[in-house]
Amino acid sequence: MSKFTKKRGKTSPAISTASLPDIIFMLLFFFMVVTVLRDAELKVKVSTPYATELTKLEEKSLVNYLYIGRPLQKYQALYGTKPRMQLGDKFANIQDIPLFLERHKVKVPESRHGQITSSLRVDGEVTMGIVQDVKTQLRKSGQLKVNYSAKKDPNKSKI
Amino acid sequence: MAKTSARDRMSNEINAGSMADIAFLLLIFFLVTTTIAEDKGITVKLPPWSEEEPDITRLKTRNVFSVLVNAQDQLLVRGQIMDVDRLREEAKLFIANPYNRPDMAEKPTKAIISLKNDRGTSYKAYLEVYNELKAAYSELWDELSQRKYGIPYSEDMPFAYKQTIRNEIPFVLSEAEPTAFGEE
Repeated sequence: MSKFTKKRGKTSPAISTASLPDIIFMLLFFFMVVTVLRDAELKVKVSTPYATELTKLEEKSLVNYLYIGRPLQKYQALYGTKPRMQLGDKFANIQDIPLFLERHKVKVPESRHGQITSSLRVDGEVTMGIVQDVKTQLRKSGQLKVNYSAKKDPNKSKI
Repeated sequence: MAKTSARDRMSNEINAGSMADIAFLLLIFFLVTTTIAEDKGITVKLPPWSEEEPDITRLKTRNVFSVLVNAQDQLLVRGQIMDVDRLREEAKLFIANPYNRPDMAEKPTKAIISLKNDRGTSYKAYLEVYNELKAAYSELWDELSQRKYGIPYSEDMPFAYKQTIRNEIPFVLSEAEPTAFGEE
C-alpha cells in the first residue's frame, strides 16, 4: 500500500496513449475506403500513349469513360481480337453510346451538363477506324468535350 | 488489498502500446501504395455534327498547314514527307511566320491546321501528331505571354491575359473525314 502511494506522488501522470491506435485505425479505414482503385473492371487492354500537352480532369463526377482496345485474352474466344469498345463494365457497340451518355447525364445536375467530359481511354495500338466511329457518334450525340487520355511522357518535359 | 489484486490482473494484459505502431505501418503502406488514379489527357473540343462537309477550298493555300498521316503512320506535311520530331518546329514557323514568307500564314489568326488521317493509322501516331501540333501552339502562347506580360503561359493566369493571347493566336485545327485505305 505504501509502495503504491509513493509512486503516485513522485511521477506526474502520463497522457494515456491507449486511444492512439483507434485514431490511427480510423485514419487507416478512411484511406482504405476513400481510395477507389478502379471503378470498372477492364475487359479490353488499354495502354494509353505518351503525350506532353496534358490537362487534368478535375471532377470525376463530370467524366464518363469510354475504353477502346483489344479484348483481353480470356474474352478473345467470345469477342475476337478486333478492337472493341467497353462502356461501363461490358462490351458495347457504337450505337450504345447515346444511351450510355444519357445514363450518365441524369446523374449530373442540369446546370452542369455543359461541363461533362468524355474520357477516351484508347490503347495506343488500336487503329483510328474505331476511334473515328466513336468520335463521330459523340459528335452526333452532342458530346463535344473529349479528353484523349494519355500518360505523361517521362523522357520529354513540357516545353 | 483490493487494489493490489487489480494490479495483478493488469500486469497480465498484453501491452497495447505497439498497436499504434502497427496501425501506423499499415497506414503508411496504404498511403504509399494507393496512387489516386490521375486522369490526364489531351482535351479536345469536337466540332458539332453537320451533314455537309465544310468547304476548305475557299481558303488560301498559304494559310493552310495540311498534315496527312497514312496507314503506315508516315507524315506528309504540305506535300512533303516529314519526321514527327520536326513537326513542332515547322508548325511554329508556319503559324508565326517570323520572316514573312509568302508561302506561310499571313497572320497567326488566319492560320489553319488541317489534320487528316487514315482509318488504319495507329492511335499512338495520331495522338503523337496531335500532341505536337498542340505543343506548337502552347509554345507560341508561352512566347507571346513572356513577351507581353513576362510570365509563362498557364491555365491559372488572369483570364484577360489568357483571352488576349488566345485571340492573337487562336488554336484552329480542322480534322477532315479520314480516308479508308488501310483499315484492318
